[in-house]
Amino acid sequence: MNAVSQLDQVKTGPWNGGRSPWSVEYGKIMMWFFLLSDAFTFSSLLIYYGAQRFSKLTWPAPDKVFQSIPGIAEHGAPLVFVGIMTFILIMSSVTMVLAVEAGHRRAKKEVIGWMIATIIGGFMFLGCQAIEWTHLHHDGFWWGHIPSAEELKHFFLKPEDVSLVAAQQFANLFFTITGFHGFHVFSGVVINIIILIMTINGTFERRGHYLMVEKVGLYWHFVDLVWVFVFTFFYLV
Amino acid sequence: MSEHTHTTEEHGHEEHAGLSKGKIWKVFGILLLITVIEFIIALVFIPKGYMTQHVGNYIYIGLTLLKAFYIVAYFMHLKYEKLGLQLALTVSFIFIIYFIVLMLIEGGFLNIHMMNH
Repeated sequence: MNAVSQLDQVKTGPWNGGRSPWSVEYGKIMMWFFLLSDAFTFSSLLIYYGAQRFSKLTWPAPDKVFQSIPGIAEHGAPLVFVGIMTFILIMSSVTMVLAVEAGHRRAKKEVIGWMIATIIGGFMFLGCQAIEWTHLHHDGFWWGHIPSAEELKHFFLKPEDVSLVAAQQFANLFFTITGFHGFHVFSGVVINIIILIMTINGTFERRGHYLMVEKVGLYWHFVDLVWVFVFTFFYLV
Repeated sequence: MSEHTHTTEEHGHEEHAGLSKGKIWKVFGILLLITVIEFIIALVFIPKGYMTQHVGNYIYIGLTLLKAFYIVAYFMHLKYEKLGLQLALTVSFIFIIYFIVLMLIEGGFLNIHMMNH
């Protein structure tokens, strides 16, 4: 008798139905799952880069390939420009969290301000990326193109290290991976602009919540996250 | 149904209280500090020979994963989500670890092969 009455009792655990077990809104879960799949795509690209680098006896030295600050120094300043780019992206990630935080308080004006700051950061990063690409392109690197063997000596640690295959793999993978990342930044900026317009129009005010800002925020942080890895594997290692 | 959505939102609201403005700037400071450490290693330690590139690479990867943790846990708010979601999103990366190991073994094999020829 006792057992039956226990069975009759309504279960209230998180997975017993009638409630959302993760208590996360549908759109946010879908954004997380999209980002997971996107993380797999980026991982595949970076792992292929790693495997290529592992298989080659030599590889272009990042300190020699990336050593200019546009408009300031043509040589001798390794990592400085990419450092600025990294700072811009981390900074725009912070302004995005601040927009999300303002959204929780439903402070429309603050959300607008932080969203504008985030969009400016995104454009600044894209501008830097364009300069970086142009610079490398002028050096002679592009998909399927590398400088002559003589010129390549400047990009390897020792002149006898020069490997045409390694230089070509480096060029292809650099433009593919930073290009794919840059495309994500560009989409992020476009989505941020759409959300900014919706905020200005008061769409979220009427909805009563700023969950859309959070979802876009997740995407934007992911873009920042990918850059952290691209930065390490292309510029530091 | 409407009641259901309501509880979800309320839940969301309670949890989000965790990340204050102060905390955001603190995480920003940590991310900046880690990046500065990476720069010091790249521009001072390795060129002056205090550290080999090989050791430096391990430190870079460690610091990168630490940065990734701070971005995902605090900026993306995963630390404040339910354990189920955290596990669903992190355990999946076991496939990536497996893939890394596979591809590096392959790359290493090719490397040895190239040296012998």
